[in-house]
Amino acid sequence: MQKLLLKKISKMNRLLILGVGLLLVSVYFLPIWHISLDAPQYPEGLGMKIWIDKITGSSTYDLQNINLLNHYIGMHEIVSESVPELLFMPYVLGFLIFGAFVTFLYPRVYLTILGILNIIILGILGMYDFWRWEYNYGHNLNPDAPIVVPGMAYQPPLLGCKEMLNITACSFPSWGGIILFASLGILAFIVWNEKRRMDVSK
Amino acid sequence: MILIGLGYGCKGGAATAALASDAAKRVYVAPGEKDEVYAFLSGGFSGQMSVYGIPSTRLFKIIPVFSVFPENGYGYDEETKNMLRTTHGYIPWDDSHHIEASMTDGKQDGRWLFLNANNTPRLARIDLKSFETKEIIEIPNSAGNHASPFATENTEYLMAATRFSVPIPQASVPIENFSKGDFKGTVTMVKVDPKSGRLSLELQILVPGFDYDLSHCGKGKSHDWCFFTSYNSEQAYKMIEVGASKNDKDYILAFNWVRAKQCLDQGKASNFGGEYYRNYLPENQPAISEKLSGVKMLQPKDCPGVMYYMPTPKSPHGTDVDPTGEYIVGGGKLATVIPVHSFSKLMDVKDKPEHRSGMIMDIPILKYESTLAGEVKKPCLGPLHTEFDGKGYAYTSCFVSSEVVKWELGTWEVQQHLPAYYSVGHLSIVGGSSKDPYGKYLIALNKITKDRYLPVGMELPQSAQLYDISGGKAELLSDFPTVGEPHYSQMIPAKLLMDKAAKIYPLEENKHPYAIKNEKDARVVREGNTVRVYMTQIRSHFKPDTIEVKSGDTVFFHVTNLEQDFDIPHGFAVSGAPEMPNLLIMPGQTRTFKWKAPKPGIYPFYCTDFCSALHQEMQQYIRVLP
Repeated sequence: MQKLLLKKISKMNRLLILGVGLLLVSVYFLPIWHISLDAPQYPEGLGMKIWIDKITGSSTYDLQNINLLNHYIGMHEIVSESVPELLFMPYVLGFLIFGAFVTFLYPRVYLTILGILNIIILGILGMYDFWRWEYNYGHNLNPDAPIVVPGMAYQPPLLGCKEMLNITACSFPSWGGIILFASLGILAFIVWNEKRRMDVSK
Repeated sequence: MILIGLGYGCKGGAATAALASDAAKRVYVAPGEKDEVYAFLSGGFSGQMSVYGIPSTRLFKIIPVFSVFPENGYGYDEETKNMLRTTHGYIPWDDSHHIEASMTDGKQDGRWLFLNANNTPRLARIDLKSFETKEIIEIPNSAGNHASPFATENTEYLMAATRFSVPIPQASVPIENFSKGDFKGTVTMVKVDPKSGRLSLELQILVPGFDYDLSHCGKGKSHDWCFFTSYNSEQAYKMIEVGASKNDKDYILAFNWVRAKQCLDQGKASNFGGEYYRNYLPENQPAISEKLSGVKMLQPKDCPGVMYYMPTPKSPHGTDVDPTGEYIVGGGKLATVIPVHSFSKLMDVKDKPEHRSGMIMDIPILKYESTLAGEVKKPCLGPLHTEFDGKGYAYTSCFVSSEVVKWELGTWEVQQHLPAYYSVGHLSIVGGSSKDPYGKYLIALNKITKDRYLPVGMELPQSAQLYDISGGKAELLSDFPTVGEPHYSQMIPAKLLMDKAAKIYPLEENKHPYAIKNEKDARVVREGNTVRVYMTQIRSHFKPDTIEVKSGDTVFFHVTNLEQDFDIPHGFAVSGAPEMPNLLIMPGQTRTFKWKAPKPGIYPFYCTDFCSALHQEMQQYIRVLP
């Protein structure tokens, strides 16, 4: 086990690590998550995107229109400024990218595993945080709101689709999120590949 | 079947002519499906324009142009009321006859529509992104702007000619002087800026005192020319019905506008009086109304070759140019033939003395036979207007015999008679007045309906009829009642317009001087006896919501709709406000309601456009203090 951890990874896998680093850079420019809202009176659909550093509407005025709908039920206005995590998330991503380049320069299996753990921890914390925000938005409603449905909360799903009044809300990873998952897969493949090569050479 | 049979037995004839058996299917547009064509119908004496879908014939919208419109406050609010300013003052109505679509290289380009005002001579430009009237220009030295607004091939100019000749400049002279030549007409060239569409008066040409009726401009080889019909070449001024119908031939005036422009550039036009207004509505800002004066006036004697008269039987009404630009079809409302002039022949003979029969005001009169390409013999009674399908056929409306006649260009043979219910004036084919007709649908625009619909008192709706002209034989598909008098129409394929339609006014581009873009900026500002209310609207409230003013204050409500969602206008109305019916404010738009604070009391104001679940709660109060 120790031998595997300290093993220097192959040239091919080293290039893959570099690839992961470069791929992660694109997460700065792609939305990570996407929530869509469908209702009969919105035939063109409404949606919002969560980026590494901001929240936007799927098209120019979607966020404004979502907030306009939400004001009936007393939901807080969704604006990037109210989510402080968005301020340091770019640095967390930078740390992952930095790790990939370190591993490229000092190619060891244990660094790769560290990368896997980082992404998993980040993923779990990120999803928890996301859920917490959804929970807060969906439950902490203004009691003076014009529309109060007893027992009703408006928490969107973490993953998948959910009916809320006449709106179907769907929540799925977007390109940035898919890249994060793919990076995790590539790193796992590298570790598996190194272990196999070690077993073969025994 | 029995009822139909009885109907036939009682009435007989045209009123029950068979419909194509599957006509219902061909005009049915299923829920959620879109129509294939936009039909823009002028409103005649309603001064408006209406938008229908074809083939369903569903009414989509009424666009106010020359008439105030209580539904959305056009002509009433501080932003649009200057659109209706003229040298005669504020005129909230007109008689709107002809719609012209903007063209590039003779083909519809879907940018603008133009509409004339006959009563108080004006021209309007309607933007086809917002479907709103953006500009109105008054035509000076004109009385009755009927032969208007017909565009040249690239919309370089719009033509406008006088229907009622009068002394120019205006003077109180004995009316019998009409026959002594004291009355004149004018042809006006209105320049259209190719980028912005802005209108300006470039040149007027003084013409003999006849009644100029209709016009169409050439295309292709006849690009440089426009053709105007005239009646009352007798210059009768009493019992015109009889007096103006004496001559066997009146004229089509062939006008070389490129030559006119040359003469203008050579300094052959002189400064002439005439005051006029030009009213322009910038995007989401108050209308800018300018009073301008003076035009350049050209006399035909100073510009040889600019005009020729082509004799045309008998009191011609319509003049239409076929898609190739070669044939100029006259519609003589009292004639027994449809005369067709040849542009090539006109070019051959126009400057040969042996082909002339005289001169009027230095305008040569050519001989009838010299320019004639052919005549459609005994087509119908009262041929008026002709449109073309692009496949070599022409369709002429016949007022007196109430039908549309299909005939072939070149052979001049009648192919088909289509009954019209009743008294058809103009007709319209999709793209039919352009170089490139789409040629699938034809509508006939009728003046009288009599037995077509349920009676609704003395005044019945006027109507239009839809025909399918894509096959060998044209077929009647449906008829439908219309708003106002459907005088003329332009039909444009939907694919040219539907994706370009504006959905909102982007708030960040709102340059209205009194706009506010945030609820936080909502406020009431007093300047002496004037109070300005900077107000916002979203579903379902106003800000500020309660307001106090003093009796006698002049209050301006500058209302901005903060929504940026398609199809979410808000209304604004104040209880008992005497001069303002309603405002309909589009998403991102600012409009202003001026109100003289009345006697002390509490006055509700509210949103009139059902905007949301809490629409009824979108209401507040103004307190008027003593």
